[in-house]
Amino acid sequence: MFIRAAASISPQSSFEQLLKTPSIPEGNRLTCIEPDYAAVIDAKMIRRMSRIVRMGVAAAMDCLKRGETEMPGAIITGTAYGCLADTELFLTKMIEQNEALLTPTAFIQSTHNTVGAQIALLLKCHHYNNTFVHRGSSFESALLDGITLLKEKQASDVLVGGIDEITPTSHTLLSRFGLFRQSNSDHASVNDHQRYGAIDGEGTSFFLLSAQSSDNDFAELKGLYTFYKPSTQREIEVHFSRFLVEQNMSPRDIDLVITGHSGNAKHDVVYDRFLKSIDPAKPAVGFKHLCGEYPTASSFALWLGSNILRSGAIPDSGRINNRNSIQSPKRILIYNHYQNSYHAFYMLSAC
Amino acid sequence: MQSPVFIAGVGVISALGTNVQDNLMSLEKETAGIGDMAYLSSVHRHTLPVAEVKMNNEELAGLAAMSPRLSRTALLSAIAAKEALADAGIPEYNPYRTGFVSANTVGGMDKTEDFFPDFLQDNQKGRLRNLVHHECGAVTELVADHLGIKHHVSTISTACSSSANAIMFAARLIKQNILDIVVAGGADALTKFTLNGFNTLMIVDHELSQPFDENRRGLNLGEGAGYVVLVSEKVANSLSQTPACTISGYCNANDAYHQTASSPGGTGSFLAMEGALQQSGLPPDEIDYINLHGTGTQNNDIAEGTAIKTLFEGHYPPMSSTKSFTGHTLGASGGIEAVFSVLSIQKGLIYPNLRLSTPMKDLPFVPETKFRKGVPIRHVLSNSFGFGGNCTSLIFSKI
Repeated sequence: MFIRAAASISPQSSFEQLLKTPSIPEGNRLTCIEPDYAAVIDAKMIRRMSRIVRMGVAAAMDCLKRGETEMPGAIITGTAYGCLADTELFLTKMIEQNEALLTPTAFIQSTHNTVGAQIALLLKCHHYNNTFVHRGSSFESALLDGITLLKEKQASDVLVGGIDEITPTSHTLLSRFGLFRQSNSDHASVNDHQRYGAIDGEGTSFFLLSAQSSDNDFAELKGLYTFYKPSTQREIEVHFSRFLVEQNMSPRDIDLVITGHSGNAKHDVVYDRFLKSIDPAKPAVGFKHLCGEYPTASSFALWLGSNILRSGAIPDSGRINNRNSIQSPKRILIYNHYQNSYHAFYMLSAC
Repeated sequence: MQSPVFIAGVGVISALGTNVQDNLMSLEKETAGIGDMAYLSSVHRHTLPVAEVKMNNEELAGLAAMSPRLSRTALLSAIAAKEALADAGIPEYNPYRTGFVSANTVGGMDKTEDFFPDFLQDNQKGRLRNLVHHECGAVTELVADHLGIKHHVSTISTACSSSANAIMFAARLIKQNILDIVVAGGADALTKFTLNGFNTLMIVDHELSQPFDENRRGLNLGEGAGYVVLVSEKVANSLSQTPACTISGYCNANDAYHQTASSPGGTGSFLAMEGALQQSGLPPDEIDYINLHGTGTQNNDIAEGTAIKTLFEGHYPPMSSTKSFTGHTLGASGGIEAVFSVLSIQKGLIYPNLRLSTPMKDLPFVPETKFRKGVPIRHVLSNSFGFGGNCTSLIFSKI
């Protein structure tokens, strides 16, 4: 499958900017730098949209524009948490007002498919529309839906995106679960992959995929492989071997690995052991110092990988292995896992 | 080359009963499961009738063999999924590439509702164990782990069409040889969040709903779960009991008209039904029964009816809304109605549309009002439409 275009709204203002001076977290969270929405969405519609919907719709529109496509053959989104702000608003009012005098707006916008629906509404797009909401594999499931749809020739191109937001409440609650670092340790610590704990993240990345190449594709997505709750490190290696067989490749063919190192020691050791098992000298770079940790963060990694292949430039920040540096990689492996439950390999190739 | 996707088993829990047999019995007796609220705690208890599964969480947990502390949605989901797997009679599903594709609309919201009042008083308060399964995917994960399914686990949430989309996605995974067996469908428990949400939209009927009636007033909310076990030809051939039907067509389209309302002409509904027919290669007059989305709201029924009028002009198959029995079970409805559609083919049944007294004057057809059995049914069309313009139609065919 060919990635005709990729667009992202993330804590980084652009790929070019993150190469030069990446944005750094405030405390233990990295929040999105939001664009001027008026440039992409009708002002009247923006007012009615919640923040997550605005971000998703704007990234989708940007992606279509970059892909020079007005009407995608399908719109598929992945989100673990959905529209948290509106869910919380309706829930709070319902409790505080004892189920009386409620208004429908927040309820309407709380539905998990709101982002996909609003994109369809804006484009007047009657085509296939689906939303996946499965924790750390929401985005991968959305991609799989898109890929199988293209294979079935039900569409000639598909718009697929991942999206999750931080709200003050979600940050408080996820912090109570102990997901993030306690100290306000500085940015460098993530770069150095010292084990201070993860930072909360958010963002949205959209992709226009097609089974046919064009002369201006960002990258080719050669393969996607997911697995759930591996019980041992060995099982991860077995899955990776199967993926390589599917791809008809050997580890030598991979120029660069993008890993999901988050700063959480327990989770990062899985990547460290994996890298060691394929080739300790393989160039590798992290991405969660740029977008934080969230269930659909792998969509940011795919956006980053696509841009690295297109431009030939690799971010200096977040390098895990500098012993064997590389210029203009041609093949990138992305390996991400969420909470060691949802694992995904992506193979990307330059076009 | 399109390889067929077989339905090897079905499982259902709804206000009509906790298994297929009890559901069938209520359908045959023409007894709805809708009535006074007995299990959900809400200020709307005596004003809004609902279609509850007639068991408390402890009883459901006993049936599911899971903890009663879990979300009611997970308990409902596990009960129906296990029945479907048992019905399929696959001795060992783990050697196969087996998946669980489930749908729901609000995940563990019933438990979040218990958590939130304390949290609102003090953001360090509230029992986290009530929040830990808030996500839609968390509910699916609980059940997948309980069933021991690992190869593929995913959750779809597209409002009221969620579980129809789960079945469609699962069918495609089998067709493309990505999986051999998929348990697909959905679950939703009644929650205060959804009841109040729909109530603010002024589409909840204060009496028992009357889908496709000229004087319809809205929908009744329900709860439950419904799953089908989809298998590849290879697996189907290995079973002692040959599957009775296939999923022959599916289509997902978007109305792209309004976040919550359907377009007057039912554009999305029309495109979904037309696309599903196209995929199955069937002309409209080959459809023997339509299981309507038929929520009972003014808007849905005229949009869906108009789309059927356009597509089936000249030949209107028997049709009915089984939501007149089960209430609108939201993320579970496409799964429950898929089960009813498969049973319609297996057993030659047409279900009645209860409480229909005045047919809609703008439609040239009238839904079935009597339970019929012994009817030769070859192809059933099942409709599921939802907020966000999400419209999905499935077609089940006799082998």
